[in-house]
Amino acid sequence: MTLALGTTVRVKDDWPERRGPCHIRTPHYLRGRQGRIERVLGRFKNPEDLAFARPAPERTLYHVLFEQAPVWGEGAAGDTLLVEIFEHWLEPH
Amino acid sequence: MAAPPRPESIALLDKLMAALSAKGIVTEAQIAARQAITDKASPEIGARMVARAWTDEAYRDLLLRDGHAAAEQMGATMAGAPPLGVLVNTPTRHHLVVCTLCSCYPRALLGYPPHWYKSFAFRSRAVREPRAVLAEWGTSIPDNVEIRVVDSTADFRWMVLPQRPAGTEGWDEARLAGLVTRDALVGVGLPKAA
Repeated sequence: MTLALGTTVRVKDDWPERRGPCHIRTPHYLRGRQGRIERVLGRFKNPEDLAFARPAPERTLYHVLFEQAPVWGEGAAGDTLLVEIFEHWLEPH
Repeated sequence: MAAPPRPESIALLDKLMAALSAKGIVTEAQIAARQAITDKASPEIGARMVARAWTDEAYRDLLLRDGHAAAEQMGATMAGAPPLGVLVNTPTRHHLVVCTLCSCYPRALLGYPPHWYKSFAFRSRAVREPRAVLAEWGTSIPDNVEIRVVDSTADFRWMVLPQRPAGTEGWDEARLAGLVTRDALVGVGLPKAA
């Protein structure tokens, strides 16, 4: 199911790099952070599998918008971060 | 400028290319073709795309709808390249592109990224203190303008469509393109008419 534009989501507070070798495209500074769906970018092969030459199912890629200040605990109100995040890293909030 | 390549780096690259070729993953001809595409790419192509978008509403629509088609019209070779997304600056929003994970950059269109784009300092600071980083470029964004930092983490590549500067009324496309630098296409700079 594709998430609708404007849906509030939370990036999973997950750290697979602590469990062993992996390749992930979700920046550390966004783990556990709340954002909202800005745009559906399409479906792409999961880079976490591609990197290890495993069969890579397609996943929906979203452009997710975050407020900068809550992420860093500093910064100008109203400034934002727009980041490509795969569906399996997002959970409803 | 980048330091000249070290002999051990060249030897390592030769071994890697030989292994890729031996395993049938990629041929030397394919590597040469990809190099030719990147060598042909240039910020000047991006600048001409911006200038046309400023002067031609239909082209602007195409650019926002299908970045590949718009880039191909201007002479870039986008076959095999990741999708190109265009970030539209407005009077109330300025975009800055960074890749915190590595150095994702629209190479097929703009060519090789500048060395600072790949630096740890730029990558770590741009997402955290974009206003301070931009100030070091001499780029001042008013407080009432949102700075939207675009962290290029996955399958798209991103280019900024800057605003057309004041004082350029009546300019033709070629003259307008001359204002658009690589820095403006990444969002660390702004086109200026003066």
